[in-house]
Amino acid sequence: MRYLPNSPGDRTRMLNEIGLKSIEELFNQIPEELRLKRPLQVPGPFSEQEILEFFREAAKESSHEYVSLLGAGVYQHYRPVIIDVLLSRGEFLTAYTPYQAELAQGTLQALFEFQTLITQLTGMEVANASLYDGSTATNEAVLMAMRVTRRERVVLARTLHPEYREVIRTYLQNLGVKQVEVPYAPSGQIDLAQLESNLDHETAALVIQSPNFFGSIERVREIAAMTRKCGALLIVAVPEPLSLALVKEPSEADIVCGEAQSFGVPVAFGGPFAGFLATREKFVRQIPGRLVGQTVDSEGRRGFVLTLVTREQFIRREKATSNICTSQSLCALAATIYLCLLGKQGLKRLAEHNLAKTHYAAKVLASVAGFEIPFTAPYFNEFVIKTPDHAVDLLETLREGKIIGGLELERFYPELKNHLLLCVTEVVRKADIDRMAEVYRRFGSHSRTQVTEGELQAAPAGEKD
Amino acid sequence: MTRNEGLIFERSSPGKTGMELSALDVPPVSAKELLGEEFYRSEIQGFPEVSELEVVRHFTRLSTWNYGIDTGLYPLGSCTMKYNPRVNETVAALEGLATDHPYTPESLAQGCLKVLAQTARCLIEITGMDAISLQPAAGAQGELTGLLMMRAYHKDRNEQRRYILVPDSAHGTNPASVTIAGYEARNLKSNDRGCVGLEELGRAMTEEVAGLMLTNPNTLGIFEDQIQEIARRVHAKGGLVYMDGANMNALVGVARPGEFGVDVMHLNLHKTFSTPHGGGGPGSGPVAVKKILEPFLPAPIIEEDAEGFYRVNHDRPKSIGRVRAFYGNFGMAVRALAYILAYGPQGLRQVTEDAVLNANYVLAKLRSAYELAYDAPAMHECVFSDRRQAQHGVRTGDIAKRLIDYGFHPYTVSFPLIVSGAMMIEPTESASKAELDAFIDAMLSIAREVEEDPQIVTSAPHTTRVTRLDEATAARKPVLRWKP
Repeated sequence: MRYLPNSPGDRTRMLNEIGLKSIEELFNQIPEELRLKRPLQVPGPFSEQEILEFFREAAKESSHEYVSLLGAGVYQHYRPVIIDVLLSRGEFLTAYTPYQAELAQGTLQALFEFQTLITQLTGMEVANASLYDGSTATNEAVLMAMRVTRRERVVLARTLHPEYREVIRTYLQNLGVKQVEVPYAPSGQIDLAQLESNLDHETAALVIQSPNFFGSIERVREIAAMTRKCGALLIVAVPEPLSLALVKEPSEADIVCGEAQSFGVPVAFGGPFAGFLATREKFVRQIPGRLVGQTVDSEGRRGFVLTLVTREQFIRREKATSNICTSQSLCALAATIYLCLLGKQGLKRLAEHNLAKTHYAAKVLASVAGFEIPFTAPYFNEFVIKTPDHAVDLLETLREGKIIGGLELERFYPELKNHLLLCVTEVVRKADIDRMAEVYRRFGSHSRTQVTEGELQAAPAGEKD
Repeated sequence: MTRNEGLIFERSSPGKTGMELSALDVPPVSAKELLGEEFYRSEIQGFPEVSELEVVRHFTRLSTWNYGIDTGLYPLGSCTMKYNPRVNETVAALEGLATDHPYTPESLAQGCLKVLAQTARCLIEITGMDAISLQPAAGAQGELTGLLMMRAYHKDRNEQRRYILVPDSAHGTNPASVTIAGYEARNLKSNDRGCVGLEELGRAMTEEVAGLMLTNPNTLGIFEDQIQEIARRVHAKGGLVYMDGANMNALVGVARPGEFGVDVMHLNLHKTFSTPHGGGGPGSGPVAVKKILEPFLPAPIIEEDAEGFYRVNHDRPKSIGRVRAFYGNFGMAVRALAYILAYGPQGLRQVTEDAVLNANYVLAKLRSAYELAYDAPAMHECVFSDRRQAQHGVRTGDIAKRLIDYGFHPYTVSFPLIVSGAMMIEPTESASKAELDAFIDAMLSIAREVEEDPQIVTSAPHTTRVTRLDEATAARKPVLRWKP
């Protein structure tokens, strides 16, 4: 087998040297009746060529020829080729967690740079070296807030990503923690009056998302003031951190967490991604996950190590701040490379492009009779549109023209029937939006007719840039 | 030159960029107007500004300060640092698999759903369990998921149980996960063979105990050969058996936990199934269960209907809920499946045989110079103690650092905790005899140095870009980000 370096002769020599007669003897420790007497029933062996063929076949049954306006926590952004070129270096790809610092200065320094970039983006003082993803990072932020405040009540905005809320619910279900959900206002933002009446002196944390699940930007400063009054921590989740290049950083928050997938990590059907968590210096010993710190070697040279490890499970066991053992180093590295490439100006320009395209789409689509934008708050690259009739038919018709026209909100918000969540990043072209508007017009309140297939195919989806 | 690569922020100067955008094809907007003064941000202070070439050189230079499996032998015990086949990276990056959004309508995501379903099917066959969830993002999250399911199972039977038994040789994540699941961990002392003793278990296993978390082979690399009796006794008191599958590389194709009496277990795709560790993640920690626990699996699950169409089933009333958004680390499932397909049934067994043979070879060759923690045949890894070397003032951590000078990545240091000065060696199937011989020579040579010139060992490494780093200062006065 091509991956195995020992020859049959090597194996025999090794067996001889350790005084065994057969391979089977190696497994004498396992009781006879527990040993598997038949080959596993799995496919293979496949040559490399067969593996490629197998997965290429699977990859065909996908949406890769479609223009997609799906966002909702996972964002399709252009990925510069340099990212994969650098990630494919075996020294990064095939290294373990950097416990042996002298052999892992590359990973450690890159993660130190990641931590720095996250603090700059979020306006926080410290950031960890990444967590599994945005949903678990938000959950870890909640657990952290409970440790800091020693309180056991959590208030969640209904506009926090529904799957993030589900994860938090799963983690808190056996810890006797009270959970309260605060509805949204007609603006699409959290209802401030409702919020005020739901915060009390038992509240450990309020969790909001900004831009929230509807794309609306939250009034972090006001919310922070309300939260502070009752001694709770404010957690702001940011699943689309590209927004932070144009939208004021939530520096009034106590913890800012989110998802770094937007920064050069493939969409990959939902993972692997890289969650981030940033906070104030005074909470540093309650941070979950890995932290990289700067230090010096015995000759005074700058170097980096994993630090404050006494928070962690391998030292503290059942008293650890978290059970998390890994970060998502490789994805965090992708994000670091991406952010360095774009840099201060590039990231801002990219955010401006997202903003321009999104507002163009909103204007063009909502100008079709019967369609409207129900929420009034400012938004970045996502917005909600209300359709006049069955949204599901509209989406199906768009699909015939190779467009995935957004997410039906009814799936998560039963009260939002016929509401779609649309995300317009730089990979969506004006021509695609105009083509959508064409279909929208067919579904508009005054001219509902069938769209012919010919009309849609006249403008096929092009290559994404 | 490459020894002096500064931080990227130190290369920055205003006006540089490493990426340009396509021309904007819609009318430009004023962000300040659209967002309003309240929300508009004018700049990200301190953000780097560098060119593409500078980025390439920066990270290429950093990479040369790392050691990976591609560089050489990586005998890090309990981490299963095996070869990460490159074709797996290629297939995970295929357009369609790397580009489908998790909310893509089912009918357009059949390829991704099929990969998940086929990976699940293979892992069920390999473990001998009945059902599986690929949602947990890593081993520790798999542990937590399993524990939450145990909890849901007892709750469903109107039982309240408080404790989980955890052997003292367990990974630290085990007791940490127990706490997060709302249980209390009860330490189970290993017997003189380094295993779970039936007497100790008998004393600890009461009807207040929800179950036992067991690693098998355990962290000493020893197979818990009383596993059936252990499981019988746990079950007799209404408890469940959780198996930490971190060491599955010793078992694939040879024995199946589903036949040991295990009720729930997790796998580490980044260990047994070759997905790259990436400098500390991403991992993936699927959780496999027996029928009795299936209703409690995280939602959603993927099902295949009679026509071969894959559906996502969210209707799981008894599910513990989600542990992570979307479908978990899908990209890791792609790689794991590619690994399984490459080997096939015989190949997977051959992997296990080679991994176990390699560990026993190292054990046999080093036992004259280093003291075995427990004198038992090894499975996929072996654990020595530094007791002999400690008499010369040299500890396991020193020997590990000295190995670096010989060109090897160190073994796992000071784990498991029940062994004084543990040196945990897992060569995996990816080490050739020739490499192992060189490693063994290095270890024997270091053992001689310890007796003749211990200072050269205690001051190692001597060949790396930096010498030993001051971890105490790093922790006392944390510097966790660059400041101008």
